Amino acid sequence: MKNLFRLIYRYHVVLLFVLLETLSLSMVVTYNNYQRSAFFDSSNFFTGTLFEKFSSFFQIFEFKQVNIKMAEENAVLRAALQEHLLKTSPGTYHASDSIYLPRIAKDSSIRAVYRFTTARVINNSINQQHNFITLNKGRRDGVKPNMGVIANGQVVGLVINVSENFSTVISMLNSRWKISAKIKRNDYFGSLSWDGKDYRRVQLNEIPYHVPVQNGDTIVTTGYSSSFPEGLTIGTISDFSIGSGSNFYKIEVMLAADFKNLVIVGLVENKQLNEIKQLESINGN
Amino acid sequence: MVINLLKYSLIFVVSVLLQVLIFNNILIARMISPFFYILFIILLPFNTPRALLLFLAFTLGLSIDIFTNTPGVHASACLLTGFVRPGVLQLISSRESLESVTAPRVENMGFQWFIGYATFLVLIHHFFLFFIEAFTFEGFPVTLLRVILSSVLSVILIVLSQFIIFRK
Repeated sequence: MKNLFRLIYRYHVVLLFVLLETLSLSMVVTYNNYQRSAFFDSSNFFTGTLFEKFSSFFQIFEFKQVNIKMAEENAVLRAALQEHLLKTSPGTYHASDSIYLPRIAKDSSIRAVYRFTTARVINNSINQQHNFITLNKGRRDGVKPNMGVIANGQVVGLVINVSENFSTVISMLNSRWKISAKIKRNDYFGSLSWDGKDYRRVQLNEIPYHVPVQNGDTIVTTGYSSSFPEGLTIGTISDFSIGSGSNFYKIEVMLAADFKNLVIVGLVENKQLNEIKQLESINGN
Repeated sequence: MVINLLKYSLIFVVSVLLQVLIFNNILIARMISPFFYILFIILLPFNTPRALLLFLAFTLGLSIDIFTNTPGVHASACLLTGFVRPGVLQLISSRESLESVTAPRVENMGFQWFIGYATFLVLIHHFFLFFIEAFTFEGFPVTLLRVILSSVLSVILIVLSQFIIFRK
């Protein structure tokens, strides 16, 4: 027994190293985006407050950019309003609030199902394999997990963790996240994921050969995930090739949203999400 | 003793804050990102007990992990760096020089020695970090290029910091 203790004492550094290394590597491996402890999350009080203080200091420099973006969005909205007024019969004004977010909510059924709010980005990264975004709104502001995050009507990510005042978003630039997407022109759908190489490009998989594909085709959401309405812009096809020995295209999609420059984002809530999930879980069993 | 404790706690906090608030936002040419924070492991005194060194390195990595939502990734890389540090020191310096001074600083050990020492540790840390993060050896040359270019930037920042903020 004495010898055993002596042995342990002699190799205590190596043992400690192996123990801690096993612990941290098992954290890497077992780590799951959807069931994480709040401690390891930048939405916790301490890190959230720190990021918020720091980003509000730099916010002064962002105002000009935000203004320009909002002016652009205004212009788009105004154009859509004109178009809408022209379409409705002359003399009547039942345009109501379909002018609100017209690029997303074109018909009233979508308006009834989805609720939109905004939040400010207080932390964001693009230089890792698994990127996350932290927002300055949390449970108190009605943010819930599985809400979609958009910027200028383009897909950015999905809310995964919510604390009292903050929330974390899994960015589209995270190789652990997949979303279904389709080619707008012909409605063929596949799954979209990121290979971790270029922050401006994601990859669309599972589009079979017989489908006509062109550079410049627009890729939009399908609405299957229930977190996003159908038809939100994701990006355009910048390159495609036929993988050897596979029946599917390898399609590179140039992202429409500028992930390096996110300031204000929109949050989309599907009011029927729980009902859909419940119904779908019956099929799963 | 108390002064040392305060000094190294300050270096710890400052390196973590600089990393998560500033250096984590840097991405050059879509592949180079510096990991400046291991400065803390580099600067610890020569006579730090090895077990304590491991604990401190692990804590440092875990602090970064909490901010970047990557549990275990930085912790494991820092732990390895802390584990090999005594070996690296023995490899690149004589026993007498290690016993005559207290901490690995530019003014103690010379400019060239410090660059060599920092480069050694940064390369080990970055190599492990980037491959754990990618979790694949697919695209090995690209990841290796990221390791080397990012290491160059990290070493430059670490050496510069010795002349600007961490002079004492």
